[in-house]
Amino acid sequence: MKKQLVELRINGRTYELAIEPNKLLLDVLRQDLDLTGSKRACDDSSCGACTVHIDGVPMLSCTMLAASCEGHEITTVEGLADHGGLAALQKAYGDFGGAQCGFCTPGFMMTVKWLLANNPDPSEEEIRAALSSNLCRCTGYSQMYQAIRAAISAEQKGIKRELVEAK
Amino acid sequence: MSDFSIIGKPIAMVDAAGKTTGAGKYTDDLHLPGMLVGKILHSPYPHARIRSIDTSRAKALDGVVAVITGEDAPNPYGILPVGHDETALAIGKVRYVGDHVACVAAVSEEIAERALELIDVEYEPLPAWFDPEESMKAETDLIHENRPHNIEKDYHHVFGDPEQGFAEADYVAEARYIANEVTHAAMEPHCTLASFELDPHTGKLGRLTVWSSTQVPYYLQHKLSLVLEMPMSQIRVIKPLVGGGFGGKSEIIPLEIIAAVAARAARAPVKITYTREEVFWAHRGRPRTIIDLKTGVKKDGRVTAVGCKVIQDGGAYCSYGVVTILYSGALLGALYDIPNIRYDGYRVLTNKPACGAMRGHGTVNVRFAFESQMDEIAAQLNLDPAEMRRVNLLKPPTVTVNGLRVLSYGLPECIEQVVTRSGWRERKGKLATGRGLGMACSHYVSGAANSIIRSDMPHSTVNIKIDRDGGVVVYTGAAEIGQGSDTMSAQVVAEVLGCDLSRVKVIAADTDLTPIDLGSYSSRVTYMAGNATIRAAEEVKKNIVSAAAKRMACAPEDVVMRNDHVYKRGATPGNGQAGAAEILEEKDAPRGHVDGQILRGSVLQSRKEEGPRQHMSFEEAVVSAIDFHGALTGTGSYAPPMEARGGKHKGAGVGPSPAYSYSAQVAEVSVDEETGEVTVHKIWAAHDCGRALNPVAVEGQVIGSVWMGLGQALEEEMVWKDGLLMNPGLLEYRSPSSAESPDIECIIVESVDPEGPFGAKEAGEGSLAATIPAISNAIYHAVGVRLREAPFTPERILAALRAKKGMKRIGMTESVDPTAPMKFREHGGSLWFRGKGPMRHPFDPARRASPPGGGEQ
Repeated sequence: MKKQLVELRINGRTYELAIEPNKLLLDVLRQDLDLTGSKRACDDSSCGACTVHIDGVPMLSCTMLAASCEGHEITTVEGLADHGGLAALQKAYGDFGGAQCGFCTPGFMMTVKWLLANNPDPSEEEIRAALSSNLCRCTGYSQMYQAIRAAISAEQKGIKRELVEAK
Repeated sequence: MSDFSIIGKPIAMVDAAGKTTGAGKYTDDLHLPGMLVGKILHSPYPHARIRSIDTSRAKALDGVVAVITGEDAPNPYGILPVGHDETALAIGKVRYVGDHVACVAAVSEEIAERALELIDVEYEPLPAWFDPEESMKAETDLIHENRPHNIEKDYHHVFGDPEQGFAEADYVAEARYIANEVTHAAMEPHCTLASFELDPHTGKLGRLTVWSSTQVPYYLQHKLSLVLEMPMSQIRVIKPLVGGGFGGKSEIIPLEIIAAVAARAARAPVKITYTREEVFWAHRGRPRTIIDLKTGVKKDGRVTAVGCKVIQDGGAYCSYGVVTILYSGALLGALYDIPNIRYDGYRVLTNKPACGAMRGHGTVNVRFAFESQMDEIAAQLNLDPAEMRRVNLLKPPTVTVNGLRVLSYGLPECIEQVVTRSGWRERKGKLATGRGLGMACSHYVSGAANSIIRSDMPHSTVNIKIDRDGGVVVYTGAAEIGQGSDTMSAQVVAEVLGCDLSRVKVIAADTDLTPIDLGSYSSRVTYMAGNATIRAAEEVKKNIVSAAAKRMACAPEDVVMRNDHVYKRGATPGNGQAGAAEILEEKDAPRGHVDGQILRGSVLQSRKEEGPRQHMSFEEAVVSAIDFHGALTGTGSYAPPMEARGGKHKGAGVGPSPAYSYSAQVAEVSVDEETGEVTVHKIWAAHDCGRALNPVAVEGQVIGSVWMGLGQALEEEMVWKDGLLMNPGLLEYRSPSSAESPDIECIIVESVDPEGPFGAKEAGEGSLAATIPAISNAIYHAVGVRLREAPFTPERILAALRAKKGMKRIGMTESVDPTAPMKFREHGGSLWFRGKGPMRHPFDPARRASPPGGGEQ
């Protein structure tokens, strides 16, 4: 298939790429841009390891044409870092054992990021429901809940500190 | 002494940041210049002779660099020395749907897939064997010619006097249990990248480097050497991050060899990544197991004898089969005190993907049967299940009737813990209708005491290097697969050397750099590599201490290394506890860096000026030691002690371990009698891991094991129809999502093993086996039906409930579900036969409606 020029906005940068119109977003990220944080684990959108945000909404890049994302803001796990350091959620996942083999972790990061952006203080039930879009075979999810709770409280403390400093 | 500085503290994995940011590299994330993509052609038949393979059309396709078939690498291999029955690609015959036939290396995935369709293979289908009990009767059409009756291996063990034991019993229970086939489904699909470099002297292909998603880099190096006929020294295996193994990467998966053979033929780097469907066919999971179990007990519940016959549906190749069938028998021992055991194990070949090692290797299904039967007996004799287990406890130190040495034994405390935490005594039998509590126990080895390839070599060796910069580099062959092996190594070294964890850099699993280690399987890493690491660190420490002793003018015994400092015992305020070192730190904060050359002079100078020192920073101590001894290196090895290596009978090599972990669990479930659906509300899991070196990691392993057991108990099952897998996808092969996963309370029990590293034992596998029977026992106590076939799906529970009520029996608990839809999953659009899925299996009864012979072109 003949390649076409496509312009994609990824993690705040614009990339001009020559890609086949049938190329999947995940393959473009991994092969053309070396953004290998998003993983291919199931091939058929059943595991969530390839989750990215399209305009802030979690989508599965393994079953999505890259060319269809023109004009949209794409965020991958590589775009999550907080000023080049670990975001509170990433730190908490490390501290509380939310990641073991780590292969599903980037997908979870994107899902949880979306959850907390839309619901800063989710209930246990809401966390479980949100996470059910992603599969993990190592952790049994339990330690992820602790990590998410810790990340929320770290964020809240951060906000409090900002308020104090502002005063 | 439990006054550790780093051991026992919850710390983040040393590689956690790479995982949460996506920066960590797994094999499929790697890319080499000029790299080709490899794609594999698989067999569409469960059992067929290959009449001919014509690759000429595929080779002619533009963009195809090489096409290889079995003849390109005909040497047989297999993980076990007794089971060398595989070749990289099929020669003469295919033995399961998905068997590897040919491989194309091309410039793109698309061209490689197109080339696969241009390979012309002429097959002659043969009668195939799918049911192990049928397969055992085979006289003709054998799967492997040298395995009569398709029996890979059978063992018949008698320990004690089982006949006498049954005669003495007051009550004998006997039943058949079936545990269906499950697979690892690790999140990372298998991937291998192979690359040759040219030899400068001969000008021909020289050294080979292989990056692979493996738990066993050294076995891979060994098998590559066998198949490629290259010396092991010319092969370098590197294990990048591995996205989960659970045993599925603990042996050589065909693509690992195929990638290297393809790279040799193509004279270019070749990467092969399995699709998820291919991962299911590669399999090596837990075999469908038929267990005929007989247990004799006294009135008080004491077991007098156990008779156990196990038939494992092993699939088309040996894989780990001989070990699996031996574990099933051997680990009847070492959990409880069983005086008399009869064991008959049959590992049977069938025309399905090979089964191998999976978390809890060999023990899980038999443990399900045993713990279920115990519960049945307890109900029959009106005993409390917890009490019945207590009367059968071992009295360590002891050697079991089948030759297993048990030293540390935390099972009594595990039982006590789950009984207390779950409110067992108060709540059992008093819950609402349809709700119940169930209990079960399990155990597992902390590494096999005998290696797969029998030899006297150490099972683990670790090197440590410390340079003048004060950086500690640990070289270990132990394979990190997400369980935390690198973190364990770093922690152990930091504890022994009393240095900061951030100083320790772990270089792991690279056969050129790291000394040999058998790999990550049978839960051996913490115990064996951990012990080797301690020894290596002690050796380095000895040199640092002796140099520091001279500097501080004291005896080496009086040198303490702690909190990134080295100081003289007694010279510190207080009693030499951590607080003392903290005070020191205030006075003499460690410097950020040390300039080797300059510092040497300044150290000598200051030594003259200051006289003997009272304390030093870690860097200073290291520099002094290097000044005295030269380069600071240490090496340590571990081999299991002879006393732990088991008995003398045939097959005695499997089962013995230097230490066993213990687990007890209580599950609380409710059953919907209308739908047959089981909800697990909570599982209390107590696990004796000797000592928890890193409690966060131990909890993660225990909870992960329980969760995986929950999957096998409730929904995970490979469904077969005439050798064709009906559910080769992560959606169809259901494992519990976060919405279905119960609260799991992990209780760590520390029995402090006398030989374990800081007393530690395994934590990653032992808990899994208890979960399945805990849930089945809870189902019994909830609704009064005994599920003897796992998983306990709504269909099976409804069938059992109907049977209990005397309603017409639906024969759904035997074999696969006959009411399954005719078209379970359409393979059209599947990634390997590109829309030809339905046609590839013309004999499938479900497809009789399609035109005859439609599968051939």
